[in-house]
Parts: sequence; structure tokens; C-alpha cells
Amino acid sequence: MSANLPARAKFATALLRTAAALSRATGRGDGSVIGGRVGLVVEPRLLELLADGRHVVLISGTNGKTTTTRFTTAAMEAIGKVATNSFGANMPTGHTTALAKAPRAAYAALECDEHYLGQLLDAANPKVVALLNLSRDQLDRAMEVTSLAAKWRQILQASAGQTTIVANADDPLIVWAASVCERVVWVAAGQSWTADSAICPNCGSHLDRFGEFWRCTNCGLNRPSPQWSVAQTGEAVVGPDGRRYELNLQLPGRVNRANAATALAIASLFGVEPAQAAPRLSEVASVAGRYAKVERDGRRLRLLLAKNPAGWLESFDMIEKDPPVVLSLNAREVDGFDTSWIYDVDFTSLVGRKVVVTGDRRTDLAVRLEVDRVDFLVVDDIRAAIAAVAPGPVEVVANYTAFQDIRAEFNRVN
Amino acid sequence: MSISTLRIVWLYPDLLSTYGDRGNLLVLAHRARARGIEVEPMQIRSDQHIPYGADIYLIGGGEDGPQAVAAERLLDDGALGKAAEAGKTIMAVCAGYQLLGESFYANGRCYAGLGILDLRSDRGENRAVGEFTGEGSPVLGIGQITGFENHSGRTRLGEAVQPLARVGAGVGNDGATEGAWAGHVVGTYMHGPALARNPRLADLLLAWAMGVSPDTLAPIDDTWPERLRAERFAALAPE
Repeated sequence: MSANLPARAKFATALLRTAAALSRATGRGDGSVIGGRVGLVVEPRLLELLADGRHVVLISGTNGKTTTTRFTTAAMEAIGKVATNSFGANMPTGHTTALAKAPRAAYAALECDEHYLGQLLDAANPKVVALLNLSRDQLDRAMEVTSLAAKWRQILQASAGQTTIVANADDPLIVWAASVCERVVWVAAGQSWTADSAICPNCGSHLDRFGEFWRCTNCGLNRPSPQWSVAQTGEAVVGPDGRRYELNLQLPGRVNRANAATALAIASLFGVEPAQAAPRLSEVASVAGRYAKVERDGRRLRLLLAKNPAGWLESFDMIEKDPPVVLSLNAREVDGFDTSWIYDVDFTSLVGRKVVVTGDRRTDLAVRLEVDRVDFLVVDDIRAAIAAVAPGPVEVVANYTAFQDIRAEFNRVN
Repeated sequence: MSISTLRIVWLYPDLLSTYGDRGNLLVLAHRARARGIEVEPMQIRSDQHIPYGADIYLIGGGEDGPQAVAAERLLDDGALGKAAEAGKTIMAVCAGYQLLGESFYANGRCYAGLGILDLRSDRGENRAVGEFTGEGSPVLGIGQITGFENHSGRTRLGEAVQPLARVGAGVGNDGATEGAWAGHVVGTYMHGPALARNPRLADLLLAWAMGVSPDTLAPIDDTWPERLRAERFAALAPE
């Protein structure tokens, strides 16, 4: 940890903190990215030096990584201080800042962008890597999802070494990528989006699915037996000992119970008993604005972030049955410029509800909803959306920058 | 009018469905139903037999591996070639477009296509990613077209096909032309829900399938699609 840092790394860390503080003070952001960038220019090995001697878990996947990282941090804080990139800055600059800001934390829970997993695996020497799921996301700039799984498989084969992998047994792409590793803890974390894994990633044959099971009839790739799963009834996680650990989450949906199962599996590898960890997850009320509840003019908004088809389907699964729904869609660089994926989302569950549409690409959404025969109202921004619905609860679903715009309207609510 | 229920088959969504490809199926079904036409949408997986009797066949985009497998299975099945000979309506996108040609390039080698369209596809040096516009074939009367492309293919058209459009902005086949058509078969690099942005092309396919002229289709409210088109053209217009 930082007590043993060489002089250049100490200097780099000090500059990093100054740059981050300046960025916050001038209202440019939370400073994670700029701080890390400054630090890494002064000492290119800064991330490696800051990670040295800590017990690190990396958490990656298309969806759920911010929430799972938050749950994991909450669980691991039972045994010590945890450094974490809680602002969702999930590239090496953000990781460097997270570690620099918590010099005395013996543990680190780092959310990792899918494309930086290899770099982080080398730099942070993690004890545990958690792989949640892979599905289509930002197709115009990211690589296609099977190629990403293949890259992960190659990376893990080359450098996982003594690392334990916590992996989703329900996602064939994850299973294929993780199955090259010796130590894998399997979690039945579910798969809300199966369209990217109809075909065996290993051999290209069809995967047969029956209930929760799946297997390739040609090469034999199949669903491993999970050690951890979400209970079939009630809200609980079932551990490797077959015991139920009751959850009392504030965060909604089956997908968050699965994220909780993954967090408990990770924490137990660091020595946190699930019975000790599970109650700590109830303290998480929102994650960087996700699931946050805000109020204006009698409208009580719940904010849901959904960046890709799997995320939108998960959101529709979470929302309450009756309140009006506000949908906001942007297609700026970090969202991906291509909106074609909205045709992978089935909107028919919104038929009969009050639906208000906004965001830079609201016209794309309007055309999409018309095709699914959903009645909708198009408005310019979130303020107009709020004015357009009756007082009471409102569900808001937005993709990345659309979500940030809405958060900004509410004082960057966390 | 030669149909009863309009049967639209989306081929091989298990292999070729990458960029909202379901959108073309949804848009065609929507536009037919809006005119009171019964529609039976069908999804045929690559381990199923392709029905002969459908009215419209759709095939989407995908990665190299699935593209090569799809071409092999389509050749084995034979129904798509027979559908083309019988004058059925076919619309193919990206990888699906390429495999309707004589040959295409995937996994570092050349594969035989179905030979339904007289064209050959190769790999370009750069990936073409971004908004696309072009002037639709005047013969087809589809007006300006708009879409999003994301592919590294380059396609050379033969004598027996015509381009779907002349490129305005974007790459398409080769920077000059985009897509191809012959008879009732259309191929394009405009991926995923191309028909959502090009209602006249969607109606042309419906009209072909029904054996009528597009002018005879009842007009439907295209306020939102037209507004979307205007936005996308404006986004590409010079400052």
C-alpha cells in the first residue's frame, strides 16, 4: 500500500489527488478520470504500484457491474476498508484514482470495463475476478459479443494464474470464457437476454435449452453446477452449503438478487460469511443515481439506467405495474451512435400504460413504439415529461447519457 | 391481390440477428396490419426447414462464423433459391446480403454464396461505420434512403443486378453504390431496422408480395417515420 510507494509514485499520487480535487471544485465532474490520467502520466506503473499488496477483486460484464461492485464493497466492508471506483469510472484512470484515494484500504473492489479486463488483470493482480454476463452493447464501437468472449478466454488462459473466477453459469459466453480457468466458483445469476447465445461459442452448433439447463449437443459445453444461486421462492440467495441467506434489498428486480448472489460469492472468497454479508446489502439504496428516488411537484420518480437491450428488458421487469413510464434515449458517443438495438427490445409490455418519450433520439423511440402499438407522448426534456404525468409514482428508464442528463436535473443525485 | 394471410419469414435469427434485425419483420407486419391485412410472422431457426410457401423472406446480419454456417445451411436447404425463382420477395441485410451473392469473404477465406444475386463480396480495408444516406433507385420509386451501416464488406455488382441506391453519405457497396436488387430480391448494407426509416421501401416489399402496385396500398400515417427521416438527413447535411 501507499506507505511503501517509491518517491515518483508518491508524487504522482499527490498530483492525481490535486487534479481530481480541482476537477470537482470547478464542477467538471467527479475528477476520477482526469486525476488518474495525470497520475499515470507521471508514473505509468502507478496502478500496479497502488494495487500492490492489496486484496483485489475485479468485476466485469455487460450489465450489473456497478451495482455488483457496490454490493461487494458493502459486504467486504464487514472486514476492512475497501477501495472502490464508486463513480462508475471503470477504466484504468478510474481504478488508479480509486486506489490513490484510499491509501489505507487493504481491499479493493474494482468495476472494470469489459475491454480493459486484460490490462487490469496484469496490473492489479486480483485475487478474484467476477464475470457477470455478456450481451450486445454499443455495436457501432465495441466489438461483437462473441469476439469479446473469445478475447476474455484468451486473456484468462494467459494470465488468470492463481486468480479465482466467480462466473455466471447461466450465460454460455461467460462459461466458455471462464472454463479455461482452474478455479471457478459458479453462480446461477440468470440470463435475461438469450439471443446472443443461441449458438455454442465453442463450436458454432446449437445450444439446447431446457429450463435453466443448457448444453451444446455437439461439443458438450454445458451449464456447470452452480455453487451459488438465487432462491426459487422469496428473496434469498442459496449458498454452497445449501443454506438460504435472506435478502432484504432496497434495489428492485430479480437481476439485483442475482447481483447480490455474485457479491456474496465474492465476499466469501475474502472470508466474509454470507450471513454477515447479506444484511449489509440492504443498506444500498441507490448506485450512482441508479434506482434513486427523487421528487418534484408531487411526482415521485424512480430512476432506472438501461444501456442496451438486456438492460431495457430488465428494467421493464422491475417497474411497478401501474405508474406512468418515461423513456429517454440518447445516442452520443458513449451510448453508441447506432440506435438500431431498440428493435431488439420488446416494448409490448408497455401497451395500455401512460408512456412519455424524451431524449435526443426521442423520434427513434416514437417510431419504435408505434410499431409495437404503444401509445406515447413525445416531449422535449425531463421537465416536460414530469409536467405531462399526474402526481404520484413515475418510472424513468434512460440510457447512459440520457440518464446523466436526468441526474443533472436532480443535482446529480446518487 | 394474390395472397390471403401475408406470411413473413425471418430466417435464422439464431445466427443472423445482430443490429435490431427483428425490426424489419416488425415494421412490415405493422404496415400490413395498419392496412387491415392479416399477417403471420414466422421465425425459422437454422436447424429447421424453410417453408416454401411464404410471401416475404427476411435475412439479417451477423459475424463471420454464423454467416458461413448460415450460407452452408441455406444451400443445403435449397428453399430460399426456389423462393427467389418463384418470384417471392426477399430482403437481406449485411451478412445476409453478402451470402445471397455468388461469393463472400469470412473467417479469412472465400465462401460460395447462394447465387441469388449477381454480386461478389470481399473485405475492405476499413470498417464502414455510421449514418448512411443515398438516392434510391429511380426504377423502384423509393425516394431517398437513410440507414446506419456497420460492416467491412465491399461488394461488386454484376450485370444482372442494379444498385439499390447511389451513395450520398457513407460507403455502402464501394462508396459509389449501395445494395442491390433484381426481380423481387433486395439486399442492403443498411442494417437492422432499415425499413423503419424507409417506409416506401417497406411498402414496395409488401406490394411485391401481394402482387399489386405500391400506389394501390392505402396510405397510412407516417408522421413519425417522416420526422425521423428528416432528422437523420439533417444530421448528415453539411453545416
